[in-house]
Amino acid sequence: MTRSATFRSLHDPDLTDGYLRMVGDGDEYGATELAYALLDDGVPAQRVMVDLIGGTQARVGELWAGNEWSVAREHAATAVNERVLAAIAVRAQAGTRRGAPTRGRITLACVDGEWHGLPARILAELLRMDGWRVDFLGASVPGPHLITHLHQTGPDAVALSCMIPTRLPRAHAAITACRAAGVPVIAGGRGFGPGGRYAERLGADAWATTAEEAVDRLASDWPPPASPEFPTDYLGDEEYTHLARSRPQLIETAMSRLAAAYPAVHHYDEQQLESTLEDFGHIADFLAASLYIGEPRIFTDFTTWTAGVLIARQVPASALRIGLRLVRDQLIDFPRATETLDRGLASLPATD
Amino acid sequence: MAPRLPATPVATPVLLQAAFEAATEAMLLCSAADGTILLANSAATALAPGLRPGDRLTAAPLPELAATAAAGGDSFRSEHQDRFLYGFRRDLDADHYAWFLRDHTDERDRTAALEAERARAAFLADAGRRLSASLHLRRVRRTTVELAAEHLADAAVVILPPDKRQSAWTRALPGHAIEEGTLGEPKLAEVPGLREVIDGFPPIPSRWLDPSQVPGWLFPAAFGPVGALLVIPLPGNAEPAGALILARTGTRAVFTPADEALARVFATRAGAAIAAATLYQEQVETAAVLRADLLPPELPQADGFELSGSYQAARESIRIGGDFYEVFGPSGTSTDTVIALGDVCGTGPEAAVMTGKVRQTLRALRLVKAGPETMLRVLNQALTETGRQQRFVTLVVGAISRVDHGRVRLELAVGGHPPPLVLRADGTVEEVSASGTLIGVVPNTSVRPATVELAPGELCLLYSDGLTEARGGPAGGEQFGEARLRRALGECAGLPGPVTLERLRQLVSDWVRGGTNDDIAMLAVRAHTRTPLSLRGGGAPSQSPYLMAARRGERRGRPRA
Repeated sequence: MTRSATFRSLHDPDLTDGYLRMVGDGDEYGATELAYALLDDGVPAQRVMVDLIGGTQARVGELWAGNEWSVAREHAATAVNERVLAAIAVRAQAGTRRGAPTRGRITLACVDGEWHGLPARILAELLRMDGWRVDFLGASVPGPHLITHLHQTGPDAVALSCMIPTRLPRAHAAITACRAAGVPVIAGGRGFGPGGRYAERLGADAWATTAEEAVDRLASDWPPPASPEFPTDYLGDEEYTHLARSRPQLIETAMSRLAAAYPAVHHYDEQQLESTLEDFGHIADFLAASLYIGEPRIFTDFTTWTAGVLIARQVPASALRIGLRLVRDQLIDFPRATETLDRGLASLPATD
Repeated sequence: MAPRLPATPVATPVLLQAAFEAATEAMLLCSAADGTILLANSAATALAPGLRPGDRLTAAPLPELAATAAAGGDSFRSEHQDRFLYGFRRDLDADHYAWFLRDHTDERDRTAALEAERARAAFLADAGRRLSASLHLRRVRRTTVELAAEHLADAAVVILPPDKRQSAWTRALPGHAIEEGTLGEPKLAEVPGLREVIDGFPPIPSRWLDPSQVPGWLFPAAFGPVGALLVIPLPGNAEPAGALILARTGTRAVFTPADEALARVFATRAGAAIAAATLYQEQVETAAVLRADLLPPELPQADGFELSGSYQAARESIRIGGDFYEVFGPSGTSTDTVIALGDVCGTGPEAAVMTGKVRQTLRALRLVKAGPETMLRVLNQALTETGRQQRFVTLVVGAISRVDHGRVRLELAVGGHPPPLVLRADGTVEEVSASGTLIGVVPNTSVRPATVELAPGELCLLYSDGLTEARGGPAGGEQFGEARLRRALGECAGLPGPVTLERLRQLVSDWVRGGTNDDIAMLAVRAHTRTPLSLRGGGAPSQSPYLMAARRGERRGRPRA
């Protein structure tokens, strides 16, 4: 293959589109070769990781949401992206003056139930390049596993990644346990809200919205001064507790009443029925997270996004509206839940 | 009409003077005209001996009173090591005023004692909290010196008992990051009182330790000369967990008996924390040794097919026993790759031992080129003839070989285990027809092996029942089930093995909404797709190994609520 002598740039949309195409086609070799070529042209490894790999991953998510890519293709693309990242990391390590880690040891994990591991993987590589000794525990790390690891390795920091707000109650448990084990926590990922605003409420010592921001934060005045007191606040209230505990009945009842309100369900096959059950599950989970944090926006962001996803799949917004109402009808005794659901309903497009 | 006042008997001046003299409050009566003391009662002269009527107030033997009088002030405080006096002025009439003096020494001392006690309690509470937070030895040592240098002394060093003639130390100095290192055992004797403490003898009181004997390596020169030294034991599990060295700079520095007492209380807590962390470390190391043999093996790179495995323990801390898988690559004259995935009934050390036995037996059988069916039969015989056998195993064993046109052949034998599933290129999922009884229960096992062939890109999944029996779902208690597994697997047609396993893990994790109660082991064999041509630029993307299958799964509008 001839390699063009022109300088490749990450700002070139043709290049990023080409990379996206290769990733989507499962062309691991082509994608890796392109990433290597960028490194050869002097593009810093950090930029390739964040802009090319991270940026492409975001577009993969959008393509799935827009029903342009299947789940399987999304997974295959993610796998290729991860392999390219690993390949670049090896090259970047070999290319730089990598001595012993200079900054200390950090444990990096995705919250229990959080399977979007790529952003955390990118952060792991950036931190390694910045001189940290990184233990990356992977996607969906149960809280007790994380704490066991802390006692066994005694790191200087824990970085916790959460991309979906429904995992926030578990993130809270993990953050509290890490701090009780004497290790400061930096939280990051979209799940912690715009600007990482929910992280503070969950007791994190620091937060960052991007991987690079996290690297910067950890590079200056870390560890944060030990707080005199443990965070002992409980989040959530009896509405949250009720919702979390009655989730199965809530979904079951909504499902049993759905056919009357939305006759198309009569023609659903088994898989469609299962998807509908899952959707009710998501409604319950996002509502619960919203009540737990005390932030209706978590729920309205979800309803807006879901409406878009459904419309891309030719499901009318009225279906979602009916679903939300079926849940609301069962929660009329719970003012905060009802108010949040009303906001969600108001966020939906008025007409189909 | 003027108000009627009660008739007051007029007291004689002598009587008034007697009352003044008998008062318990210290009082001075002064003339406003020239600031002369007219009267001073005995309570006043007791507080300030030398106060004499006739003298000027500005010449009073209490310097603070004299100065306040000279400045025209109306209150003063006289604070000294042993005494705290407070005085204030009240005007009596145009020509006279009085000073009242109070002795607040006891009150001050009580307050100071209370505050010291509070600070002590707060320090110990904080210390207890921070010391108990971690079970990691290095962190506990760091916390110990940090707390000690903050509250008990200017600098603190923790030294552990020698291990292989080397002692680990951790040091905190003012304005420095915490430092760590090791030193040779002979050096311990150079620090006054250290050897005694490390050897478990009672510590020597601080006043008997000569700070000038402190060796140069203990503290850097910039720290300055040590004025007072305290070396106390960190009590451990019936032997010292280490020693705590505290130092104060300055020629007049001391450790008072109260300081020493507090340091010992602190050392008791720090010692307990260090001992617990040491114990935990030993447990972790023991468990790690046990586990090393039981953890899923590294998967070899095979020619013509791809192996991927996934093992998810119900609980990390006892990641031993239960499910396992094993891969034996080609060795010597055996060109087959042999795989096994099994589930030993129960968990914990006994199950772990059993797992080890099974794996070792399979390894040996593989060396004598036994096929899967023979392996199961012999293993069953070996286990049932052990006699005191109480546990059984379910197991799948497979021998993988390459056949022509990139196809891969699997000979499979099943012993009481869910049969493997095969994912065909078109997304259909088949169950392998092999069957057999539990291993290790009855002497005569029945094994009906089966052979399957995988075309390029097709995949065979071996799994443990933790996968299908995971309970959850929207309703809560429903099993994930085989039907759901087959459907999920069908959606993975064309995906690489690791992606498929990750997807299944994710689906099950979402299904149970949290940690599983059972181990889940999966092992996938996937025949390689043909090496892709380069797809860059003008390539032919439709030839991609991933693409065809991935695109097929592209869903049309899926009506959902």
